[in-house]
Amino acid sequence: MKEDHQIWLELYRMMVKIRRFETLTGELFAAGKIPGFIHLSIGQEASSVGVCSTLRPEDYITTTHRGHGHVIAKGGDVKRMFAELMGRSTGYCKGKGGSMHIADFSLGILGANGVVAGGFPIIVGAGLSIKLRGTDQVAVCFFGDGASNRGPFHEALNMASIWKLPILFVCENNQFASTTSFHYSTSVKSVAQRSIAYGIPGRSVDGNDILEVREAALEAVERARKGEGPTLIENRTYRLRGHFEGDPQRYRTKEEVENFLEKDPIKRFQEFLKNEKILNEEMDRQIWQAIDSELTDAIRFAEKSPYPQPMEALRDLYAEDVDPLFQRSLA
Amino acid sequence: MPEVSFVESLRMTLREEMQKDPLVMLIGEDIGRYGGIFGVTKGLLEEFGPYRVRNTPISESAIIGSALGAAMTGIRTIAEIMYIDFTTCAMDQIVNQVAKIRYMSGGKMKIPLVIRTQCGGGRGNAAQHSQSLEALFFHIPGLKVVMPSTPYDARGLLKASIHDDNPVIFIEHKLLYATKGYVPEEEYIIPLGQAEIKKKGREVTIITFSYMVWKTLRAAQQLEKEGVDVEVVDLRTLYPLDLETILQSVRKTNRALIVHEGCRRNGIGAEIACRIQEEAFDYLDAPVERVAAMDVPIPYSEPLEKAVIPDEEDIIQGVKRVLSRN
Repeated sequence: MKEDHQIWLELYRMMVKIRRFETLTGELFAAGKIPGFIHLSIGQEASSVGVCSTLRPEDYITTTHRGHGHVIAKGGDVKRMFAELMGRSTGYCKGKGGSMHIADFSLGILGANGVVAGGFPIIVGAGLSIKLRGTDQVAVCFFGDGASNRGPFHEALNMASIWKLPILFVCENNQFASTTSFHYSTSVKSVAQRSIAYGIPGRSVDGNDILEVREAALEAVERARKGEGPTLIENRTYRLRGHFEGDPQRYRTKEEVENFLEKDPIKRFQEFLKNEKILNEEMDRQIWQAIDSELTDAIRFAEKSPYPQPMEALRDLYAEDVDPLFQRSLA
Repeated sequence: MPEVSFVESLRMTLREEMQKDPLVMLIGEDIGRYGGIFGVTKGLLEEFGPYRVRNTPISESAIIGSALGAAMTGIRTIAEIMYIDFTTCAMDQIVNQVAKIRYMSGGKMKIPLVIRTQCGGGRGNAAQHSQSLEALFFHIPGLKVVMPSTPYDARGLLKASIHDDNPVIFIEHKLLYATKGYVPEEEYIIPLGQAEIKKKGREVTIITFSYMVWKTLRAAQQLEKEGVDVEVVDLRTLYPLDLETILQSVRKTNRALIVHEGCRRNGIGAEIACRIQEEAFDYLDAPVERVAAMDVPIPYSEPLEKAVIPDEEDIIQGVKRVLSRN
């Protein structure tokens, strides 16, 4: 099998993993096993996988409230992810963060973020750190179209540009900022256009075509590693689920969503791989089955994991782990 | 070493830390060639280069957020926000990101980040360049808040703050920059969370910090002439709060007055007064009093500004109020 084909199958497998993780998460939420709120990235898998497949383990990413896909694509452990979503002590953040705050430093995941545009300044800092340490790492900031209307977007793009930082700003334009449409809320037709104002290359690609996303990311990563500065990539995609699970979605029609089901990135890549004779029915069935088996195990791990002890709430605030009220050691 | 100014003390500490650790970075507006608007970073760009002294655009949110990103990825970062008033432009970063990111991640990372900023009135800079906003930061779990009053303390506390693996808000009062004092050349650290008794006394405990320490010491001299002997506790660090030193003093004097430049309502004094009554109620001979700024923005015109910000006379009157109660 050609090397490309191996990579393509791995891309496909990873997209399926995210799709199934998100679908199962939606089911667990509906069953009351996950508290709070959940933002699913179903329909946007090509963006996470296409971009993260071009990164090394030591490269950094920041992600968003809709960040499960990025964490998985960067190598995140689904056991610890499910455990975190269920608020267990074995979770990525010991149950202190939840869906919107998953981080894994060993994989360069500097954290999901509950504040829209929260990742922009952090990624600039990662870029500064790379420059100061003199490594060839790159740093990727995933964000939604809505974030491009917030101040930190503009401050960060400007800074990254003047200092030629090794950064990819990856917009997932899923057409909605929460419940408000992109066309209503944004002054330009494409988020990529905004890169012009900051003197950095901007590129808008079909975000549901994984190979196109990957190709754009490869080019931007190479540019960043060579010290030529940041790039903005806009992956045009579509959020197939609501803003949050339980969103009544009165701002769009069923027909609109159904229309985009035809452009589902996984379905498209699946057909492509089958046409190219890289994937057959049996292989496909095995891929989905293996992933479901891994995810079922992960859910079982999470469900069996203990909840944190209540007084754990006082820990992890300061590095020296002191009681925040009385300065007595918690050790 | 001869007496050095508050500014020089800060600068020598920054330089020393940057010389010792190649992964210490400064970031802020006008800190490069200009050397900071109060001159604290003068010469550091020339000595350490632009990767370690990042002179920024006017982008407070990105200054703080990028300082955080650098700190999370192994760089001991010292950010400067020119006026504490402008920290409000970066409040999302400070409150939602800097203060919480370690906790939200389950304690996975260290945040070796110092945010140096400058506060206070007395220079006719009006309402958006004169505030004392320490109570905002004191309110947020995850931050430490340091407010030195002397060149000696500034050096020891800045060193401790830079070495600290937590975010520290390091607030310098603008009227302190030109003040001079003894600063030894050899290294020393003043651990965060240790108040200092700047004047011993028997009758009233005055708890204060930053520039108000000086006004309080001058008031204490005046009071001494009138036969009143007060003790002056300089908190130096607001969080961690050295409650033990406060309580020890109050148990001795049985009377307490808190003096600060921030406005009275919901100021640091409210918290300290409450702690004193929770922990030392039986020792008190009078209600705990406060001397603080009036609850208005800092006005521009000199007589107005003077009226709003507490002075030596206000402190003397405060002491007399505490002594008049039984």
